[in-house]
Amino acid sequence: MTETGRGASESVSGGFWPMVWQRLRRNRRGMAGLHAVVLMLAVWLLSPLLASSQPIACRYQGRWHFPGLVEMFQTRGGGRHWLEKSVPFNRPQFDARRELSGEDWAIWPLIPYDEFETTGDFLAAPSRRHWLGTDEVGRDLAARMIHGTGVSVKVGFVSMGIAAAIGVVLGGLAGYYGGWLDIVLSRVIEIVICFPVFFLILAIMAWLEPNILNVMVVIGLTRWTSIARYARGEFMRIKGQDYVSAAEALGVPQARIMFRHILPNALAPVLVSVTFGVAAAILVEAGLSWLGFGVQPPAPSWGNILRAAYDSLRTAPHLVYPPCVAIFGAVLAYNLLGDALRDAIDPRLRKGP
Amino acid sequence: MLTYIFRRLLIAAPTLLGITVVTFFVINLAPGNPAQFQAQSALDPRVSVRIYQELEKYYGLDQPIGVRYARWLGRLARLDFGESMSTDRRPVRDKIKERLWPTMSLAALSLVLSLGLSLPMGVWAAVRQNRLFDTVSSTILYGLYSVPEYVMAAPLILLVGVKWDLLPFQGMTSDNYAALGAGGKALDLAKHYALITFCFSYGSWAYYSRFVRQTMLETLRQDYVRTARAKGLREGRVIWGHAFRNSLIPVVTLLGLLLPSVLGGSVILEVMFNWPGLGRLFYESMLARDYPTIMALEFVSACLVLLGMLLADIAYAAVDPRVAYD
Repeated sequence: MTETGRGASESVSGGFWPMVWQRLRRNRRGMAGLHAVVLMLAVWLLSPLLASSQPIACRYQGRWHFPGLVEMFQTRGGGRHWLEKSVPFNRPQFDARRELSGEDWAIWPLIPYDEFETTGDFLAAPSRRHWLGTDEVGRDLAARMIHGTGVSVKVGFVSMGIAAAIGVVLGGLAGYYGGWLDIVLSRVIEIVICFPVFFLILAIMAWLEPNILNVMVVIGLTRWTSIARYARGEFMRIKGQDYVSAAEALGVPQARIMFRHILPNALAPVLVSVTFGVAAAILVEAGLSWLGFGVQPPAPSWGNILRAAYDSLRTAPHLVYPPCVAIFGAVLAYNLLGDALRDAIDPRLRKGP
Repeated sequence: MLTYIFRRLLIAAPTLLGITVVTFFVINLAPGNPAQFQAQSALDPRVSVRIYQELEKYYGLDQPIGVRYARWLGRLARLDFGESMSTDRRPVRDKIKERLWPTMSLAALSLVLSLGLSLPMGVWAAVRQNRLFDTVSSTILYGLYSVPEYVMAAPLILLVGVKWDLLPFQGMTSDNYAALGAGGKALDLAKHYALITFCFSYGSWAYYSRFVRQTMLETLRQDYVRTARAKGLREGRVIWGHAFRNSLIPVVTLLGLLLPSVLGGSVILEVMFNWPGLGRLFYESMLARDYPTIMALEFVSACLVLLGMLLADIAYAAVDPRVAYD
């Protein structure tokens, strides 16, 4: 963090993070990764506007309705909503496509199907009606892919949030206090590293109810080791810096030194590790869902879409590619972003594959 | 050197104990147990309660957890993993033994393949940095490295296995394997190994190539390489005799890290390819809620990883004279 601007063009004052951002913006691969990540977020947030069986906005029997917009603000599948759809559109048996006649004005989503809706076409090849085809019960694959994005986004962020919290606390304590605490915590980290992560996660998931919340928690509880090691190293390094000694000499409480003086300066390598961790978490979730221990059908996730595709490999080969491309794209995006972040945070560290 | 190995082993002992603790308590503290799982099948609830109690007694699950841990540890010391709780009730050791070869042969094959390909590729790319080969191979390898194994496997199976019908992708042998001659058997095995070996190895191949290129680039900038060139050695000798040997040191440490990825990644791939290895045994035991097999597999794989890390540390000390032994 003592790194100052190299050359006139980079001597932007304003602190460490603006400097990192400046460098990141010049990295084309990294920005491509960042754009893909933002795109994933947008697809998740806007999924009811992209693929739904109800219009975004329409004029039906002389009144305005906004079922798609309302759906976007609802927590889907939950019990009570703070925002309800207007009367005919909130009934489950109400088929908007049939009810709305030609003269009713309506904006339809890009893909006029939702992720659970079955059509008469089973395992249909891609066509103009179904852009990516349909699956074994006749659901539109494009709609399922769009609504499955949320699982990957949520699993990535939440599980790595848990992992980062555990890793920073344990690594920080070990690095700051050293001594016996460090020896014990380092052993604990070594023990957890010894288990192949997927084995450990699978072993725990087999006993828990397979749902997205458990998947997120279990991934978070098992993937904190690399974050803890980085945090430990950073805390150890920064502990010896002059400003920490100065704070200690001034009698600043230890907790305050750790949180206010060391933690903000130790976050950079943790952030890089978290970015790579999100890619790994997306991968683990898809793998769990593929094996049947993750998100359960009919709820869509890229993993269980791939499983359904794999099971009908001979009859409907077109189903395999979309989930594969999506998982690969997400992993690649986070890896590119992680590489770019690492280079931007410390250009001297530009090593390792 | 011997003292170093001894000290390193001494440090590993508490880790080994920790591995047993995590293995046992993660499985045994989780809600639900095999007796409950197997008793579910009875339709009459009163019958199912009876079955549950009988099974719990039979498996020794009615004992306090501390007693069960001590017993398990005692048997573990004699390498006895107990009897499977799935319906076949076979000794776990036999189950693991027959699945060991398919997975280990795959791991060995993929290690040889990925190292054999990545060492020359990495060195060549580093020597001709920023030339065509370097740029193209770097881009391709980065892409390959980002493709998850099972995401690669699914389209590959679809194209090579189903559409073009070139290679088999289910199991280790064809149905008519027993009837084949010696040459036919070898060919059949090789065909079955081809796809899954590729899926196992391309990731580490890509990773190692990039890693070797990076360390080689760093070594090539060292003073002793300049000295070697200055005294008029041929370029081949400079690269292979001076730079390459020194860039091998970090590669050695990486080998220890290969094992967890092979074992962890093996579950989905082995289920996909219907491969009779450890990963699929793990998956089958999960479905049957087979405590002893799951614990044995967790323990064995964690021990293998620990062993890999130990070997890497020792190898590192052996190849790099700068590492202090004490």
